[in-house]
Amino acid sequence: MRWFIRRAITAAITIFASLTIIFFLVRVMPGNPIDMMVAQLIMQGLDPEEAYRRVMAMVPFVPTDPLWKQYIDYIIGFLKGDLGRSIHYGAPVTTILTYGIPWTVFLVSISLIISFSLGVIIGMYIAYKRGGILDRFLSIFSSVTRAIPPYVIGILVVLIFALQLKLFWDPVRRSPILGPYDPRIQPGFTLEFISSVLYYAILPVASYVITTFGAWALQMKSSTVSVLGEYYVMAAEARGLPERRIVISYVGRNAILPLFTSLAISIGHIFSGSVFIETIFSYPGIGRFISASISNRDYMVISGCFLLIVVAVVLSNLFADLLYGKLDPRIRFR
Amino acid sequence: MAGITELKNSAESALTSIMSNMKFLFKVLRKNKVSLAGFIIILVFAVMAIIGPEVIPYDRTINIKNRFLPPSWEHPLGTDYAGRDTLAQIVHGSRDVLLVAFLTAVFTTIVSFIIGISSGFIGGKFDVAMMTVADIFLVIPSFPLLIIIVTSLQKVLSAVEIALILSIVGWPALARAIRSQVLSIREKEFIESAVCLGLSKKHILFGEILPNLLPYIFMNLILSTVGAIYSQVGLYYIGALPFTATNWGVMIQTAISEGALVNPRAIWYLLSPLICIILIQAGFILFMHSLEEIFNPRLRTEA
Repeated sequence: MRWFIRRAITAAITIFASLTIIFFLVRVMPGNPIDMMVAQLIMQGLDPEEAYRRVMAMVPFVPTDPLWKQYIDYIIGFLKGDLGRSIHYGAPVTTILTYGIPWTVFLVSISLIISFSLGVIIGMYIAYKRGGILDRFLSIFSSVTRAIPPYVIGILVVLIFALQLKLFWDPVRRSPILGPYDPRIQPGFTLEFISSVLYYAILPVASYVITTFGAWALQMKSSTVSVLGEYYVMAAEARGLPERRIVISYVGRNAILPLFTSLAISIGHIFSGSVFIETIFSYPGIGRFISASISNRDYMVISGCFLLIVVAVVLSNLFADLLYGKLDPRIRFR
Repeated sequence: MAGITELKNSAESALTSIMSNMKFLFKVLRKNKVSLAGFIIILVFAVMAIIGPEVIPYDRTINIKNRFLPPSWEHPLGTDYAGRDTLAQIVHGSRDVLLVAFLTAVFTTIVSFIIGISSGFIGGKFDVAMMTVADIFLVIPSFPLLIIIVTSLQKVLSAVEIALILSIVGWPALARAIRSQVLSIREKEFIESAVCLGLSKKHILFGEILPNLLPYIFMNLILSTVGAIYSQVGLYYIGALPFTATNWGVMIQTAISEGALVNPRAIWYLLSPLICIILIQAGFILFMHSLEEIFNPRLRTEA
């Protein structure tokens, strides 16, 4: 338990550090966006008081206060769930986040499940068939796909499956199928809508899976190989247990354990990738809001999305630690 | 005086270690065709970046009549939305991309090297503090952090500045890895005997530990280059960096905003930077595979 409390404190420090970094970048640094915005409004002919009032409506602190007070206000605002307002959309950042979260979670979780299961199965297979063609091919394939950015994969997927093969092509609008669902269908709990959402998710999910499943397979392979050398596997074989049972309950169950920790870490990577994938596929998730807000210079939205991602990653890391302790009794007694 | 001779000796031993590894590198490259392919790809791109812009001029005049031409003798990779040569943009972009990537790799390696070695060597509270900072940076997703930093700076950044920013997110993983290498090397017998011989700390650090870290650092130099290309082109593509440079990311972004995802005629303009990125990243990774063989003696005997 003490070990877990220590992890929880580190998690809190991480979130606190991210808040501090954002506050420094957006408010403290010379030539920071808030000062620039006020200067711009004054140049447009507003008197300073009015300019400050406009900016104040956007940020969760008073820009004329001393810096330390602004910092404290900012952190208190964050704890209360106030991340400021968007300049572009005119809505509180939290409203925008609650709109984007379901789409991102939907896309990310489906991709993660598919990529993880595919990787685990392939990884176990090549661990049993070490040195084969698939083994050699996959070890190069996965290290190369890890180095190729997701935007390259995403664009290629669109070019191949939409533009060339016309599998995901809208003949009426003469464009690839992009977005969360067919805009001609009324959103609702209908079969038509759900199948449209699933159909539109195929390409983005495929892009995620292509970039990530190789890494899972490699990790599963090395984990399986190390488990195969354990005495309890040999003992199970000596007892004449059926091969199927050894593979699943003896080797598989133990080999998959270390991958759960990586699962939590990979959530951070996948969020980084979601900025690209959601931009390419015009998917209205958190990543798309980040990229759209860059050109609008909508700092409150960018930092709000960033904080959300940090909190998600930190919490999933914490959850993984807890889960790992539950799954692997050896950890608990350390 | 003693310090200088010591440094000279350690530099010599580092040099011999590099030389012997170089000899072995060529031996491996001759045998391993995949790594040779990677090595050649890197060489081609390096030549392209260093002398390419001098040989192939980039004519910026807009000529709408030549919009999205397919490849021809005059335009080997076709033209862009304004009738400009795609190949020239690729060549000029390669200098920009590789320069930033190289600088980032150097900065990242130097910073993580200093932090990793001092953390492993000094230990104690300093070690704990440094590694806590590294852990925090490791958990914070790097690409969104880069976006925030770059957009808040809101000015045109030079290649050195971009490289410095990219190395902010690059150092923690490498510093941690170098620290653990230092810790494991410190426990080896030859360090123990050096301590028993009464050799100075400086000698142990530069003469004993450093040469053993060199191959490791070299491999991470390549990994940082790969990571830097990934994020730098990404930042241009996403529009976080202003479109001042001729960069592959800028090409991808303009190709898409000019309708390359709906217009099959624009495919050459869009595919050129994409294929370049795939080639160079694959080249580095394939080359790395041969390095692993050199630096990991266990793999060496198997091969």
